Amino acid sequence: MQRNHNHTTIVTVEKVIDETPTVRTLIFSDEVMSNVLPGQFAMVWIPGINELPMSVMISNESGKAAFTVRKHGAASTGLFNVQVGQQIGIRGPYGNSFDLKEGKLLLVGGGTGLVPMMRLLIHVKPTDDVTVLIGAKSKDEVFFEDLANRLLENNVHKVIVSTDDGSYGEKGFVTDLVEKHLSQAKYDAVYVCGPEIMMYKTVQSAHSRGIFVQASLERMMKCGVGICGSCCIGEDLVCKDGTVFDGEHLSKNKEFGNFHRNKAGILENY
Amino acid sequence: MEPNLVTSIGPIRLDRPVMLASGILGISLDVFNRLYRSGAGAVVTKSLSTEPWEGYPNPTIFSVKGGGWINAVGLSNPGAENFAKMIEPNKDVPIIVSLVGSIPEDFENMIKQFEKCKVTAYELNLSCPHVAKVGLEVGDDPELVKKIVTTVKNSTNVPVIAKVGLGTTHYLNTVGTAIESGIDAITAINTVRAMAIDVETQRPILSNKFGGLSGTPIKPIALRCVYEISSKYDIPIIGCGGISTWEDAIEFFLAGASAIQLGSAIGDNWIDVFDEINTGILQYMKKKNYSKIEDMVGLAKKS
Ligand SMILES: Cc1cc2nc3c(=O)[nH]c(=O)nc-3n(C[C@H](O)[C@H](O)[C@H](O)COP(=O)(O)OP(=O)(O)OC[C@H]3O[C@@H](n4cnc5c(N)ncnc54)[C@H](O)[C@@H]3O)c2cc1C
Ligand SMILES: Cc1cc2nc3c(=O)[nH]c(=O)nc-3n(C[C@H](O)[C@H](O)[C@H](O)COP(=O)(O)O)c2cc1C
Ligand code: FES
Repeated sequence: MQRNHNHTTIVTVEKVIDETPTVRTLIFSDEVMSNVLPGQFAMVWIPGINELPMSVMISNESGKAAFTVRKHGAASTGLFNVQVGQQIGIRGPYGNSFDLKEGKLLLVGGGTGLVPMMRLLIHVKPTDDVTVLIGAKSKDEVFFEDLANRLLENNVHKVIVSTDDGSYGEKGFVTDLVEKHLSQAKYDAVYVCGPEIMMYKTVQSAHSRGIFVQASLERMMKCGVGICGSCCIGEDLVCKDGTVFDGEHLSKNKEFGNFHRNKAGILENY
Repeated sequence: MEPNLVTSIGPIRLDRPVMLASGILGISLDVFNRLYRSGAGAVVTKSLSTEPWEGYPNPTIFSVKGGGWINAVGLSNPGAENFAKMIEPNKDVPIIVSLVGSIPEDFENMIKQFEKCKVTAYELNLSCPHVAKVGLEVGDDPELVKKIVTTVKNSTNVPVIAKVGLGTTHYLNTVGTAIESGIDAITAINTVRAMAIDVETQRPILSNKFGGLSGTPIKPIALRCVYEISSKYDIPIIGCGGISTWEDAIEFFLAGASAIQLGSAIGDNWIDVFDEINTGILQYMKKKNYSKIEDMVGLAKKS
């Protein structure tokens, strides 16, 4: 019987990889999640702790998928601490996905926002010329650089890291790199996921130059199915209309880059 | 005569009879506008409390095999004051403000916050089954219902609706008390207290353990309640519970409802459901030669 994506499926974590001191990748077997489109997410239940939206990460093996989580509050720390052999619940996949363009592509990822970018990379054509910009706070927090290079082995490509403190790669914010690249060459599409200010600046840089740009947004999510309303941004529901939105659409949204809603639904400044 | 969708629920007049039920998609005026454009006749806000509430931790929603949802969002809401500020600019959308509280003063204070807003009606949530000291615990206490309804009626000229559900006492008594105290209309029903346990991990799934069942499984129960209320009392009724198609809507009209609300159907069919139901109702009216919603209300009771 075909699986109903709204029903929780229990999976067992088979492998845990430490990416940085605060970021881990948890690998599990699940055919459906192994095949999701870039940008889609799952609601992940950590029994007894919480349920969180997570982008679906790729794995090396077919039939397997992963989550890459940064420990933050109680919920994400609960997921971060899940050991090999422990069970978690997943439902989804939810949300739309990036539109795959061809040619000269710029992918921009900050922190765990790199997860959907990795899934995008497994869909690029061998003829695409791909530049990946990775933003991190410091050398300790850089991850997926090798993975990006490996996924792009057969492409003309560059993977460039920037750290805020200059301890690795180029010094400064990744958005400065975005500006530099967009002013130096003509890109066919820009994709971004990461902290909202970073997405906002990237979308502005690209959109003002008339370049196709898409961002994958994050909002407080309770249901993931378009009932609870907690993920709204202006008129849009991130879980149903997104998570991926075009620059054209976002440039008209007054909340993007400025406000998000807390758990009670109150608008707060970024 | 060409049929139209206009309906009256006592003093409340709406251009279309299908509303958004409370607690669904209801925290942003922009979203209300979108739902109104999609065909909703009115939108009911999330139940608002005097102070902001975060609600329960996730998981707060569970999809039942075979249909329906169990939710324990825990009445998360930004609080009446913040909410009133947000809807102040509204001119176009008929907004029904849902309120939840423990004592009459809570309701009185919240209504003051909405003085500058265009409010079509207030809906008193006397039936949330999963938050202590409010909702059903209020609805189950006839003395408290009487005090709250009387206080609210004295603090506003805007029509007031009581939303009832299945509690420990008979909901028909709550309806009777609300009517005696001057209520203008009744919404029936809220979600039904329920739970879900995962057999693999052997734990209740919702963080709150218990939640409210909504969607298609409760439709026959909600329909029965509307029929019972309209058979016993002369009060305008809004039917709510498991409505997802135009046939469901018609059933509720025939049972005695003058309008309907829906929520869970949005999780199954997204917001196109409003337009689909409106279109279906109009076609049915044409076929049966009705010119207005009122022509069908309560017809199932005659036989
Ligand atoms: C579509 C989507 C995909 C995501 N993908 C990843 C990923 O791949 N890896 C990763 O590490 N993180 C991801 N996140 C972020 C993650 O869901 C949490 O927001 C983050 O882990 C912090 O949660 P917490 O409960 O530990 O923090 P808390 O201390 O409880 O809360 C801190 C802040 O985290 C955010 N938050 C908490 N709960 C939620 C929730 N249910 N939904 C959205 N935001 C919440 C809020 O902004 C909150 O103010 C994603 C979020 C979304 C919406
Ligand atoms: C996620 C969710 C949140 C809800 N929140 C509220 C609420 O705040 N106040 C209220 O009176 N009812 C609330 N309800 C109940 C609905 O308004 C409605 O009565 C119930 O879901 C039955 O209708 P349905 O089957 O069409 O969903 C909520 C229901 C759901 C599913
Ligand atoms: S998370 Fe509930 S509506 Fe999007």
